[in-house]
Amino acid sequence: MGLKYILRRLLTMIPVFFLVVTVVFFMIRFAPGGPFSAEKKVSPQVLKNLEAKYHMDEPLIQQYFRYLGDLSRFDLGPSFKHSNRTVNEIIGEALPVSMELGLISLCWALLIGITAGGLAALKPNTPYDYIPMSLSIMGICLPTFVIGPVLVLVFGLWFNWLPVAGWNSWQDRLLPSLTLGFAYAAYISRLTRGGFMEIRHQDFIRTARAKGLTEGQILIKHALRGGILPVISYLGPALAGIITGALVTETIFNIPGLGRFFIESALNRDYTVVMATSLLYFSLIFLCNFLVDIVYVILDPRVKYE
Amino acid sequence: MSNSLWTDAWHRLLKNKLAVFGAVFISLEILICILTPWIAPYGFETQNLELTLAKPSMVHWFGTDNLGRDLFTRILYGGRISITVGLLASLVSVVVGVIYGAISGFVGGKTDNILMRIVDLLYALPFIFLVIILMVYFGRNILLLFVALGLTQWLTMARIVRGQVISLKQKEFIEAAKSIGVRTRSIILRHLIPNALGPVIVYLTLTIPSVILEEAFLSFLGLGVQAPMASWGTLISSGVEVMEIAPWILFFPAFMLSLTLFSLNFLGDGLRDALDPKGAKD
Repeated sequence: MGLKYILRRLLTMIPVFFLVVTVVFFMIRFAPGGPFSAEKKVSPQVLKNLEAKYHMDEPLIQQYFRYLGDLSRFDLGPSFKHSNRTVNEIIGEALPVSMELGLISLCWALLIGITAGGLAALKPNTPYDYIPMSLSIMGICLPTFVIGPVLVLVFGLWFNWLPVAGWNSWQDRLLPSLTLGFAYAAYISRLTRGGFMEIRHQDFIRTARAKGLTEGQILIKHALRGGILPVISYLGPALAGIITGALVTETIFNIPGLGRFFIESALNRDYTVVMATSLLYFSLIFLCNFLVDIVYVILDPRVKYE
Repeated sequence: MSNSLWTDAWHRLLKNKLAVFGAVFISLEILICILTPWIAPYGFETQNLELTLAKPSMVHWFGTDNLGRDLFTRILYGGRISITVGLLASLVSVVVGVIYGAISGFVGGKTDNILMRIVDLLYALPFIFLVIILMVYFGRNILLLFVALGLTQWLTMARIVRGQVISLKQKEFIEAAKSIGVRTRSIILRHLIPNALGPVIVYLTLTIPSVILEEAFLSFLGLGVQAPMASWGTLISSGVEVMEIAPWILFFPAFMLSLTLFSLNFLGDGLRDALDPKGAKD
């Protein structure tokens, strides 16, 4: 790999980004309805002033280029619905919340997944293997919007242990992040188990065993790096899934993150916020895939990108 | 030859208990969905306002919802929608993916390179966001839903078919067909696609649950199927609203959805192991 590969990947992002900006921009503009159509009847003069304020009276193509120009200066424009607030401000508040939720969920997924998968691979065909692997089937088949409400019901409403909504204390983080991370923990545990099982039979592990290393040492020093590769290549889709799944999780737990703004603005036809949140999602997922690919190359010297 | 391949696969599939369970469950479910209008104990919108949020009983097997409608009936009708969306949207993805992949693999060279680069680029895009915007802005039309969800799923199919076609292309019988002057279109339709069918069936079985899941996801957010229609996603979403006082309204649709996803996934895995014994592990 080299700088060249990294540069090429980043360069391919530019046309895709343009494509997304264009598609989303024209898609929401050509659709019936507008940000001012839902409100109470306003007088024609007020409507005209509003349109002038947001440059809606200009030809569409001029608005498009204006948007591109603003975008190049990282100015996402004013929100149509949250008056007096710029989209930059809204994103500035919502993005950290979503990032925190996503990162905690990912940590859960890795921590639980690798531990369970490693344990299962260390003692295959014992309860250490069967129990987590059966649980993981549940994790894969139960969607977020089922796990979330069930956790709320059991831990929030029946046992009253944890708060069911909000985003203030550390307890608030527990249920949403577990909800979001559970499915990925399940996948990761299966991938880890598979990865370890495959690597156990390789020659360099036999050598290590012949040298007299304990199973634990072999696992950590030799098997982990190779056995973890399937997990790393799964991280790209996992991160994309966590980012998407956050839409539902944020709705269930009433968390003021990006997902809520995305849905709300789509429904309200808050053009600038829809544009900004979609672009942000696209960029985030693109970036995540890119980082995962790089980590993969670093961990597995056999993989080469031209 | 080809007969024995399918017979072998069939025998291998029968040995996989989870896959057989999945196949039986899904077949029953499809049958019930077709027969729903005749076997449902109540009407889809029949209300019994004196019996709202009733517990499961002999009269209402799964209880009633907050409007006094029979939950069992609603789950049957909801399943019709969820499964139809799953099947039709997967069909869209198969048609697009197979044609795209077959052309890419068969033509090869520069065309192949460009077509696959496009797939690579599209892979990085989270389509679900586009689907959400599409659904919000262009009315929550169920036909649009099929197409939009189908279009999110064809990429992997295209890759699989392309790989198959490239490996088949070099086989003698294709060479023979070419040498006697069979047209390209017929070679693709008659020889390549039927022989690449195995992996396509496997991937189709795995696409259906992910489409059902995506539809439920959209409906849960209120962006999918609209009232008076209901899918399992909308039923789960309305179950969440009353789960504190009537948890069974959440439980039954969630259980049905999960069991369906479970069955389809196991059937898909079983088919994969049966059709490709080399790839089977553990």
